[in-house]
Amino acid sequence: MAGSIPASASAEPVRRPHVGPWKEAWRRFRKHRLAVVSAAVLLLLILGVLLGPLFWTLPIDEIDFAATLQGPTLAHPLGTDDLGQDLLARVLYGGRISLAVGFTAMLVAVGLGILVGSTAGMAGGRTDAGLMWLTDLFLSLPQLPLLLLIIYLFRASLTEVVGTELGVFILVVSVIGAFNWMPVARLVRAQFLSLREKEFVEAARALGASRRRLVLRHILPNALGPVIVAATIDIAAAIIAESTLSFLGLGFPPDIPTWGRLLFDAKDNLDFAPHWALAPGIAIFLTVVSINFVGDGLRDALDPRRVL
Amino acid sequence: MTRLLEISGLKVHFRTDDGWVRAVDGVDIGVDRGETVCIVGESGCGKTVTAKTVLKLIDMPPGRIVDGSIMWQGRDLVPLAPAQMRGIRAKEIGFIFQEPMTSLNPVYTVGDQIAETVREHEGLSRRAAMDRAAEMLSLVNIPNPTKRVHDYPHQFSGGMRQRVMIAMALSCNPKLVIADEPTTALDVTIQAQILDLLEEMKERLGMAVLLITHAMGVVAENAQRVIVMYAGKVVEEAPVGPLFARPRHPYTQGLIRSIPRLDLAATSHQRLEAIPGSVPSLLHPPVGCRFAARCRHATPECVATEPPLREIDPGHKVACHHAESLAA
Repeated sequence: MAGSIPASASAEPVRRPHVGPWKEAWRRFRKHRLAVVSAAVLLLLILGVLLGPLFWTLPIDEIDFAATLQGPTLAHPLGTDDLGQDLLARVLYGGRISLAVGFTAMLVAVGLGILVGSTAGMAGGRTDAGLMWLTDLFLSLPQLPLLLLIIYLFRASLTEVVGTELGVFILVVSVIGAFNWMPVARLVRAQFLSLREKEFVEAARALGASRRRLVLRHILPNALGPVIVAATIDIAAAIIAESTLSFLGLGFPPDIPTWGRLLFDAKDNLDFAPHWALAPGIAIFLTVVSINFVGDGLRDALDPRRVL
Repeated sequence: MTRLLEISGLKVHFRTDDGWVRAVDGVDIGVDRGETVCIVGESGCGKTVTAKTVLKLIDMPPGRIVDGSIMWQGRDLVPLAPAQMRGIRAKEIGFIFQEPMTSLNPVYTVGDQIAETVREHEGLSRRAAMDRAAEMLSLVNIPNPTKRVHDYPHQFSGGMRQRVMIAMALSCNPKLVIADEPTTALDVTIQAQILDLLEEMKERLGMAVLLITHAMGVVAENAQRVIVMYAGKVVEEAPVGPLFARPRHPYTQGLIRSIPRLDLAATSHQRLEAIPGSVPSLLHPPVGCRFAARCRHATPECVATEPPLREIDPGHKVACHHAESLAA
């Protein structure tokens, strides 16, 4: 029977040690020097907020009126606030919450955005129109009053069920996520609209790929570049949004420090205690900048067409 | 014995804002095992739509299979559910696209892409599928295949990519390969190589080929049987020898006359003959013969009634009222 592939045509199955795709991506990522430095900074920040409180054991809420608004000293390396609380301890502890909120809210926003965007881009027609209408609606809503309303309505019942800290965390993350998915959705939809007409998608279909496989394997990975960049911007936006909420008294309660909260508490004392604002400010700045560079590096490293 | 593929009375229409475009309007095409059949015709005559409809690759909507059947080994593909259709694609009927430059996914290695297809249809392990991928690459004469499977599409030239596409289409041992203008996007020297490769694969794997092209040269080289399409209909069907020796339909005659001939061009300053006019609108096709407006032999009868496709010699079918008198 002529229908089988002649095995003799096969080349010698010599297995050349070849680099796997992830190893290859890592090799390419390492060539982006700024991204590597940023990744190191980010790692340091994350390790710092995770492990720091284990070594710097001063409590975050010990009030000491004998040492208010002190500049950096040996006892308090980052100084103290107007209640004499140690700022290093507060910045370390606050970083945990800020980073956790930033990353989780980003995941929520990007997840929602990809879901809405890819559904709209794949389905087309009425579904697409409806979803884009929803996206525009969300974009045109006055966000702050709505945030206030949502938190006002749900905070009490949620904190009752899961406790104050976790309750506020869930609320803040979902609210920030729910108001930041729109740019991602539009981005993903636009990518899908152009990618689904590409020949390689049709070719994959001609080779028997299912709709799910087309979306997950062929379209989505090609759409991911801009989404990664958008995601890094979302982290920054989420950290800042959390600050705003805390400032308005709607985020975490005042006794729980976050970077945003610290900044806002410091702003009234900028004239005579600038050190207070400096530490959380630098922390936010470093996080946001390094995440952006890491995103840049990731996008380039994951795109095999780019020669690195 | 049933034919491998038997398309009969196929009508594919597309909805537009102006009405239904009858892209394919009653087409009969048969392919036997191990045979190479060519569909020729100019752009917009429905050859690509016909080919894609076999695997139901046209977008529905706006497209619609209005009528007809596509019998694959005695089983009608038209009413088949998408999931069953997926089992036919690549496994039983392979498809090679026109654009090798863009038909491969840029973010995966070519090995991954071939392996994906094999795994989907034959449930091989990752490792076995990769071995099959390398085997396929060597089969299509890509040097150093065990190394090249790990390369990305952008690391291949156009001709090489078309070889990869062929490897992908053949990886599951289909009984029929539909090649939709596989060489149009390549330069001439590569074209010949790709066509030779296709011919070699056909011999080796014993499959049938349905080759779609607009180049008569490609037809003469490769086909055993030729189907000439015009404006959504088959106008002539014949074995390749008789078609070139004695084309009966004026459109086929025009196509053959419009092949550039180096020998004549050099000696007698002969101008290339073109067929005047262009394809009629498929939105409102003419009542009579669709070629009548461009045909120099047209008579009032041609404009009034549509000529049926009829057999005038064994195996030679023509849709022309004047086929007998026009034998060139």
